[in-house]
Amino acid sequence: MAKVTFNEDRCKGCELCTTVCPKGIVHMAKHRLNAKGFHPAEVTDQEQCIGCAFCATICPDVVIEVEK
Amino acid sequence: MTKVFQKPHALCDVPLHYCPGCSHGIVHRLVAEVIDELGIEGSTIGVAPVGCAVFAYNYFECDMQEAAHGRAPAVATGIKRALPDKVVFTYQGDGDLAAIGTAETVHIATRGEKVTTIFINNAIYGMTGGQMAPTTLPGQITQTTPYGRDVSTQGYPVRVCEMLSTLDGVALAARVAVNNIKNIKAAKAAVKKAFEYQIQGLGYSIVEVVSSCPTNWGLSPKEAVKWLEDNMLAYYPLGVYKDKGEGADAK
Repeated sequence: MAKVTFNEDRCKGCELCTTVCPKGIVHMAKHRLNAKGFHPAEVTDQEQCIGCAFCATICPDVVIEVEK
Repeated sequence: MTKVFQKPHALCDVPLHYCPGCSHGIVHRLVAEVIDELGIEGSTIGVAPVGCAVFAYNYFECDMQEAAHGRAPAVATGIKRALPDKVVFTYQGDGDLAAIGTAETVHIATRGEKVTTIFINNAIYGMTGGQMAPTTLPGQITQTTPYGRDVSTQGYPVRVCEMLSTLDGVALAARVAVNNIKNIKAAKAAVKKAFEYQIQGLGYSIVEVVSSCPTNWGLSPKEAVKWLEDNMLAYYPLGVYKDKGEGADAK
């Protein structure tokens, strides 16, 4: 099983990570804000993550760490 | 579990000041990853430009030097000649490299200085608030071209890689983009090759990154990626325009 970790307070809510996930499990947390005032990205169904690191690769702010 | 993706060591653990969705962050990380992979963090000196990337010196763990606007190539030349064993790179935007610093850019290239340039082309002036750049596309609306860039009065955009590829001092001139995963991987390979050519002493190497500027284009980051793909890639085709290491120049 793979695991993605978001350094949420670095996220600027650009949503680019949500466009590249092959499993479609990266979403914006519309119900909460981070320290910068953005809706941060989050993974809703960690079980489905395959650890491809596409989300982390396109993230301009190095928010995401991926373990496999 | 092992980490398959984490912040490269050569990138400082600080928040980047760039706007949401700005390509600068991706390119910073790619440069840092290449510095890590080549094991040259302790022997690399970067030169920061004036423009949005002016604070690049805060983001890399290697030594950094700020240059006056457009003069990063001149500063890099001085550093490289004084310290020829060091790996020297400049990180410049289109205002710095293709407007005020065009002369320095052309001459560092034709002198074949063993320096690597990372060139961010986002078709607009970012830091000053979205004015027309030399790289602004025909018809593109900016603060100073509110009816679109009119080539009859404002001329045509500069294609830097094509221009520099005619110069004998250039070892590598490649244009890449960071709009999708495939292109990001290709961009990293080009940056790595550029640093390797410098280390091998082949000459000047430049990697032009076609980038997005969502804020000054007036688009969301996702829309900006689409705009880049629909408009910029047609005028700025990706590819390798000069590659001394391959023996023959391939377009």
